[in-house]
Amino acid sequence: MPIQEKCRILEHQKVGPHHYKLTLVSQYISSHAQPGQFVNVKCSESFDPLLRRPISFHRINTQHRTFELLYEVVGRGSELLTKYFVGEELDILGPLGTGFNIDPEKRIHILVGGGMGIAPLLALGEQIQNSKVKSQNALYVLIGANNKEHIFGEEEFRKVTDQVQVATDDGSYGKKGFVSDLLLNFIETELRTHNSELATIYACGPRPMLKAVAEIAQQKKIDCQISMEERMACGIGACKGCATKTAGGYRTVCKHGPVLDAKEIIWN
Amino acid sequence: MELAGIKMKNPVMVASGTFGFGKDFADYIDLNKLGAIVTKSVTLKPREGNPPPRIVETPSGMLNSIGLQNKGIEHFLKKQLPFLAKFDTPTIVNIAGESVEDYAELARILSQETTVKGIEVNISCPNVKKGGMSFGCDAGLTKQVIAAVRKATTQPIIAKLTPNVADITLPAKAAAEGGADALSLINTIVGMSIDIETGGSRLGSLTGGLSGPAIRPIAVRLVYEAARAVKIPVIGIGGIMSGSDAVEFFHAGAKAVQVGTANFVDTSAAINVIKEIEEYVHRHPRAFNFS
Ligand SMILES: Cc1cc2nc3c(=O)[nH]c(=O)nc-3n(C[C@H](O)[C@H](O)[C@H](O)COP(=O)(O)OP(=O)(O)OC[C@H]3O[C@@H](n4cnc5c(N)ncnc54)[C@H](O)[C@@H]3O)c2cc1C
Ligand SMILES: Cc1cc2nc3c(=O)[nH]c(=O)nc-3n(C[C@H](O)[C@H](O)[C@H](O)COP(=O)(O)O)c2cc1C
Ligand code: FES
Repeated sequence: MPIQEKCRILEHQKVGPHHYKLTLVSQYISSHAQPGQFVNVKCSESFDPLLRRPISFHRINTQHRTFELLYEVVGRGSELLTKYFVGEELDILGPLGTGFNIDPEKRIHILVGGGMGIAPLLALGEQIQNSKVKSQNALYVLIGANNKEHIFGEEEFRKVTDQVQVATDDGSYGKKGFVSDLLLNFIETELRTHNSELATIYACGPRPMLKAVAEIAQQKKIDCQISMEERMACGIGACKGCATKTAGGYRTVCKHGPVLDAKEIIWN
Repeated sequence: MELAGIKMKNPVMVASGTFGFGKDFADYIDLNKLGAIVTKSVTLKPREGNPPPRIVETPSGMLNSIGLQNKGIEHFLKKQLPFLAKFDTPTIVNIAGESVEDYAELARILSQETTVKGIEVNISCPNVKKGGMSFGCDAGLTKQVIAAVRKATTQPIIAKLTPNVADITLPAKAAAEGGADALSLINTIVGMSIDIETGGSRLGSLTGGLSGPAIRPIAVRLVYEAARAVKIPVIGIGGIMSGSDAVEFFHAGAKAVQVGTANFVDTSAAINVIKEIEEYVHRHPRAFNFS
């Protein structure tokens, strides 16, 4: 069950050209959050901007009663967020939505993140590695971004697995190309010797990338969970503002999602 | 207090479409504390709603083009009303139709339900092609719809008016003549927002309805005009974020208010409005007569 709570800021660091990491304290939220879920953050005390901003759990630290958010400044809300100092409080609603589902039958976990899409995947990677069956699990992480400056989380991912591959659109770091190219290559080489029925792809990133990943997953008959984005108002399922088209009709990204089965999603 | 025959603990309701069917907010606030809950608009048949994006934020406000997504009256009665009936807060069902007959049929179906304490007739939705606002923009049609609903039920009827008219007193009087027990206003103001990179609308549908603090001065003015044109009580809606905002509407002539978009910003918005009104009344004991 989600709550609305004022959470104290423990850390707030600039980690990239327009990118920040925010560590917040909440016993309740950190102990109830699941990877793939998100919080709805009030970015200002005034009514302009009016609405909260959805941001995924980047890291969940139950032991320390904290959670981390990784965000990019793209507009007024995220810009205002950067003005908050350590020690101040933020009005947070969460944990919200339906997160990733780690099927205990699966053994091969492939995390595919484009740009800021890696944000929720770190929490997921850490949870998979902390699970009891970790010795039987193989964890692969594929990261993509426009250029080197926009690659985030590589170091943290390397702490949970040594299977990390990177691609940049301009070739300034890692392989040149899209993260979906990495995925296709990975499936056709390394995964060939494995039973693909034991694999799941978890993806988050810009819509065109997600669409490409979903198509690859379908073509190769691999389970695929996708974290979607849509404009939100309430974040709690009340307004139907965040609807996205699925095989079962419009579904709320904030409650039914943000993580959806790739097979459900209708892309156009 | 009593308003249009509906007994309420206080004059603060939650506005249609901003509170779902109550359940989504029950995790956060005590629904028993609200004056009344107005449901999301219910239609005869299920409605899919409009293509995304359905939300765009605008200065101190937002545009929405939800398009009355709901699962229809049958589903409402089976799955949503029983939950609301558990609370000691009156449920007011907001209904929307594509024809006069639709409204009458919905009212007929609801007239059997003792847990429904009132019907709010949405003749003001800007986000549907058929019906909706077109009824509320025409005083003749307004009267027809309300009269048809009046015939179908003895439950209290609230006519929800659109601000997208030149003279609000015309539909206000027409609704009163049709037999409405109260008026509620305003529904959203038709607006548009363009993505300058693509040159196209930032909503999946071309236009949407503007709500939030940005519309409050318009709402206060329209409530002021409507309250002077009719004898039935007027419920003020539009950008209420705090108790003082609500009090502004009372001074304009409203007997009750509805809190809408504020629920998205703060899940306790309506509860805070109730508390702040109490504080105001404590300071100004003779300001209003809530009875
Ligand atoms: C479930 C979910 C999880 C998210 N997780 C993260 C995260 O972990 N890190 C992160 O940096 N961002 C995340 N986002 C995106 C983030 O919510 C938007 O970047 C933010 O709302 C932009 O606000 P703004 O005021 O800064 O920008 P605005 O001025 O509102 O908009 C600037 C740009 O951001 C886009 N945008 C605005 N709101 C949204 C939205 N709700 N979803 C998608 N795009 C939007 C607009 O189309 C526009 O191009 C997530 C979005 C969702 C729906
Ligand atoms: C997302 C959203 C959905 C709405 N849906 C409905 C609806 O289904 N029926 C209705 O009569 N009004 C609907 N409204 C209008 C509100 O009930 C209210 O009249 C309007 O938003 C103005 O009040 P506010 O500024 O406090 O939100 C909706 C408003 C919003 C923002
Ligand atoms: S944002 Fe309101 S239902 Fe999802």
